[in-house]
Amino acid sequence: MPQITYRKALNDAFAEELERDENVIMLGEEIAQYNGAYKVTEGLHARFGDGRIMDTPISEAGFAGLGIGASMLGVRPIIELMFWSFSYVAFDQLFNNAPMIRYMSGGLINVPIVVRGPANGGTNVGATHSHTPENFAAYTPGLKVVCPSNAYDAKGLMKSAVRDNDPVFVMENTLLYGQKWDVPEEEYLIPLGKADIKREGTDISLIAHGRCVITCLEAARVLKEEHEIDAEVVDLRSIRPLDQEAIIDSVKKTNRAVLVDENKPFCGTSAQIAALIQEHAFDYLDAPVKRVSSLDAPQIYSKPLEDEMVPNAKRIVKAVQEIL
Amino acid sequence: MATIIEMPKLSDTMTAGTLVKWLKKEGDSVSTGDMLAEVETDKATMELESFEDGVLLKQLVKNGAEVPVGSPVAAIGEKGEKFDPSSVKQESAPEKESEQDAPKKEQTEEARTSEKAEPREETASGEAGGSETAQEEPPSEPAPDTSRRLRISPLARKLAREKGVPVERLKGSGPGGRIVKADIQAALEQGVPADTGKDGAGRSKAPAGVPAMYAASGGTIAEEKDIPVSNMRGTIARRLLESKTQIPHYYLEVEVDAAPILAARASINASIAELPPEKGGGKLSVNDFIMKAAAEALRRVPAVNCSWADSSIKQHPAAHVSFAVAIDEGLITPVIFDAHAKTLRHISAETKDLAWKAKNKKLKPEEFTGGTFCVSNLGMFGLDRFSAIINPPNAAILAVGATRKIPVVSGNDQIEIGHRMALTLSCDHRVVDGATGAEFLATLRNLLENPALMLA
Repeated sequence: MPQITYRKALNDAFAEELERDENVIMLGEEIAQYNGAYKVTEGLHARFGDGRIMDTPISEAGFAGLGIGASMLGVRPIIELMFWSFSYVAFDQLFNNAPMIRYMSGGLINVPIVVRGPANGGTNVGATHSHTPENFAAYTPGLKVVCPSNAYDAKGLMKSAVRDNDPVFVMENTLLYGQKWDVPEEEYLIPLGKADIKREGTDISLIAHGRCVITCLEAARVLKEEHEIDAEVVDLRSIRPLDQEAIIDSVKKTNRAVLVDENKPFCGTSAQIAALIQEHAFDYLDAPVKRVSSLDAPQIYSKPLEDEMVPNAKRIVKAVQEIL
Repeated sequence: MATIIEMPKLSDTMTAGTLVKWLKKEGDSVSTGDMLAEVETDKATMELESFEDGVLLKQLVKNGAEVPVGSPVAAIGEKGEKFDPSSVKQESAPEKESEQDAPKKEQTEEARTSEKAEPREETASGEAGGSETAQEEPPSEPAPDTSRRLRISPLARKLAREKGVPVERLKGSGPGGRIVKADIQAALEQGVPADTGKDGAGRSKAPAGVPAMYAASGGTIAEEKDIPVSNMRGTIARRLLESKTQIPHYYLEVEVDAAPILAARASINASIAELPPEKGGGKLSVNDFIMKAAAEALRRVPAVNCSWADSSIKQHPAAHVSFAVAIDEGLITPVIFDAHAKTLRHISAETKDLAWKAKNKKLKPEEFTGGTFCVSNLGMFGLDRFSAIINPPNAAILAVGATRKIPVVSGNDQIEIGHRMALTLSCDHRVVDGATGAEFLATLRNLLENPALMLA
């Protein structure tokens, strides 16, 4: 099986969907002629032309609204945000209009958009460029939120997102773009709302999404090699819809959970998971649920400090040891 | 600023604890989870755990002191910190030596350490008092103690409730002393549910607060369901039905003066209990003596060590004495082979090993087949006496009841306190006639009442 980068997997997903459905278009800053700020759309403009791959002004609220309006008339736009942090400029369009239109129209009008781009810290780009708003999005009824942790999932989930008839926010990660995984050449889809057990284990469940899954796998390796602890790693893949069953099943099996996410802890995604676990698996818990999130502060600019701010394997191992 | 460690309330009914032994010296560094001292409560000897990090600045009480709950026992602070003992109020309770030593001097023990209660569960203090105490005292229910919140995980609480494990006495191995699943499982393996109503020091234990599972409820008492018959349950059903319907059982009973074996046991244990296992150390249980005596009685009355084989009666050349062990799925009877030729210590060690294997499903088939005689002991349930169903192809089975302290008429017509244990022998009349059975039982009684005869 060929190994390709997370970036290439996404690029392939777009190309396949652009090829499959002529209503699929792409919008964003510098995605066409410049091939994308992170080169995720490389070659697509050359291949599909001006009518399908469009550069926009630096105006998130404008092109997000443009995409939403177009989607109401049957176009299926894939809207790139250079950083998810810039979604805040387009907050009304993305978090207020897009998710409410189907409801407000009594189900007559769908908004089949994909909004995508990187949402992560750990790259020394400062407090205003490091937001991870998957919790805002998942909080909003009407939005679907996907956070792929690897190239294979990124491709399969992105293709499902494009085909979904509701707004799907895909939050990628600049630290993963260059990493390679096995990705088959033949076409495949990964349904939204289906978690994946990335590592089977018996002693504790590490539940995460996005790049934190990779961090959890590293922590699981350390736990096994140095502490004889057999951790299970659950990759949520999408926050909404959420695979509650997979979470609860894993906790029932291991009786302990550490939730790992790059959100800030207060009202972060893991807070919701913790609430679900205590509600649905209380009698299966042998220890309190632990969370490992980013530190509760604006993203620290100093690189060494930021590396400690976001979840890392050392912090995960420590959290596991505190409850095992 | 030093932190004062107070005597914790380690059981619902505890009002004071005796600091048996300090495990940390003054000046030792301690960290959370370290054991500071051994504390004897009204129920058991437990360890006093540190929830502080630092240095043990001062032991505020001496080894052997009885300390009321909540009174200071130690000060923990930073290295080099000065500590003024007069800054804390000392509340050492009056010495209660006589009361504490009383049960030990009696050196009594009831026969309950055999098959149900796993030998490993024996408590350190060992010399248990008469089992009658639990029955003498009218059960009184102290008000449930709400001051001490039990640290237990939801899962452990649920398991304990399902399996009927009393959690109040368990020591938690989780962070901060929380009782977790593993502790319940360990308790189950050690047979904690076979609550004897007494603590390790032989004093009767006041009943703890009524567990939720016993509380009045408007619902059903158990879920209605059909429980599939396991292989073991099927075998028990078939073989015992066969035994009870095909073997003409009759029953003989004697009451044995248990004082001599209790004294012998105490005397032997005093010299071997502290030895390491490789030097033959370990504590003998009353049941070990019964096993030994049964093997010896079989040697003297070999007519009981036989099997009915339809056209013949098979006489066995050796006493292979099995004993019944209750396990989750039912019961099993591991065998001490050639018990007649084994020392008491050998029998004791082998019994412990086999009982452990039985409870952990590690018995090999050859370890629980081939017995020629069986001992079943339900003494730990406080039963006075019972009659057992013969385990084919044996010709007899011995049922052992609890050792009770009862008034007896002595040789000079005085009423004295005696220790009595009922032995009931179930015999296969096809093999063992009444006179032979009686001879066996009389021999067994004689051996138990004169343990020195086992040497002769």
